[in-house]
Amino acid sequence: MAEVDRLRREIVIASATAGEGHIPSALSILDILWIEYSVIMASQRMRHEEIDRFVLSKGHGALALYVVLSETGAIDKSELGSFGQFESRLGGHPDRLKIPGVEASTGSLGHGMPIAAGIALAKQIQKSEGRVVTLIGDGEANEGTIWETALIATHQQLNNLVCIVDYNHSTDRALMVGSITGKFAAFGWDVVEIDGHDPFEIEESLSREKTTKPLAVIANTIKGKGVKAMENNPAWHHAAPRIDEVKNLLGDN
Amino acid sequence: MRKQFARTAREILNTNDQTIFLLGDIGVFGFNEAMRDHPHRVINIGILEQSTISLAAGLSIEGMIPIVHTIAPFMVERALEQIKIDFGYQRLRGNLVSVGGSLDYAALGCTHHCPGDVSTLLSVPNVEIVVPGTALEFSQLFMSEYDNASITYYRLSESENSESQRVKLGHANFVRSGNQATVVCVGPTLDMTLKAVENFDVSVVYLTSIRPFDYASVRQTSHNGRVLIVEPFYEGTLTHEVVKAFSGTPSVVSNVGIPRSFRSEYGTREEHYAAINFSADRIILELEKLLAGNQLA
Repeated sequence: MAEVDRLRREIVIASATAGEGHIPSALSILDILWIEYSVIMASQRMRHEEIDRFVLSKGHGALALYVVLSETGAIDKSELGSFGQFESRLGGHPDRLKIPGVEASTGSLGHGMPIAAGIALAKQIQKSEGRVVTLIGDGEANEGTIWETALIATHQQLNNLVCIVDYNHSTDRALMVGSITGKFAAFGWDVVEIDGHDPFEIEESLSREKTTKPLAVIANTIKGKGVKAMENNPAWHHAAPRIDEVKNLLGDN
Repeated sequence: MRKQFARTAREILNTNDQTIFLLGDIGVFGFNEAMRDHPHRVINIGILEQSTISLAAGLSIEGMIPIVHTIAPFMVERALEQIKIDFGYQRLRGNLVSVGGSLDYAALGCTHHCPGDVSTLLSVPNVEIVVPGTALEFSQLFMSEYDNASITYYRLSESENSESQRVKLGHANFVRSGNQATVVCVGPTLDMTLKAVENFDVSVVYLTSIRPFDYASVRQTSHNGRVLIVEPFYEGTLTHEVVKAFSGTPSVVSNVGIPRSFRSEYGTREEHYAAINFSADRIILELEKLLAGNQLA
């Protein structure tokens, strides 16, 4: 997708400018966020339906959220250049008190998903139709709160909650999560497994009709997707390129 | 106080449809009627304190007023990061109502002792901390503040004072006037304190609101900088606040509180208090030492 290619460049350049950022974690989820915001939410808006609330539980993917929000108008494009600076609104993790459209200030792994479940529970009590979509990482799935919330969501029948798992295997070297599909199914969720970089599979999974259960979308992804030197290369996890490296990384040379 | 909490809960459930109670599988019996009447807003959420606090933050983001109820160590110490980031940093409103502070669950052993809840929460900006001394005081404070803009921690105690004061968040009560020292006491320690100071010429300031702390009222009582703090949690918890109240004035501060050590015994709260001499006699002893000293000269 041309738009995603452009946003990928913006992520790398923003990180290089700041000397900060988790580029591969952002690139891993960029396709998913782009489809959620540009297709799913856009079509909800056109149909005058309640718009999804999106909670980025793996807050270190913030750069992907920022570039997508810069497309929707929530953030000015020119602001991306301020990423990570002292007075910027755009920090290494997203802050709900600074950026409209950021639903929760995340960064501490394992917080966003239960917050999303709380929003979903409130929506049910308030008889509001909309959904809450949260995105966690497979490393984040090491946190106990993910599975606590998986229990709560089933028990409270939060069929308005969607949890996307960015399964890029980044944590395999520490604590393997194994079959996340099997685990969510065992916790009583509807589960669909997709290629997290295939726009059609992403769109199909996020367009599913509600059932009686919460939905887990297990997205098989590549950490650093689209920047060959970074793909599945842990050395780049929290490393910003120098400005003079950007062209090479983006394949412009 | 716990019974009062259940009564107060029924009242606000009936009057404010945005309130929602999350019980950590404790105190459920007292909420049976409320659960029957409001099944969607009184939830026995289970034994998962960290997720419960985050879930409550999500409810708060949607405009609801969550009230989480469980045992102090599991709410405050296990779920501290959730309180800090999801409520404190994000400035969300909500209420945390604990039981089992300090040695109230003495017989259950060290896992259920929690003299550190208040000092722990003082390390988190934006968390209001309330320690009522009676059921009525809890009701006064909770009814006036449950829907305010902050996260507020209410510490329910098993022991109560014999009389209630008119209390208000952020306000200390000036209950006794004297000249030789100021005794600052908290929540359920008021009776013990008043009994101890009978023969002393000292002021007594009573606190139910730990944060906001009423610096001005505490400062007004000081004639000589001698202060004794009587605190029903780890001793020294309030020293910083009291010294800050007297900033610019030399002061000598003594504390009567729960010693900062693990307690491995069981039994009753009273047995523990006797063992650590958390008593009116100890207050008398500390006051005598404080008044005999000439540290400020």
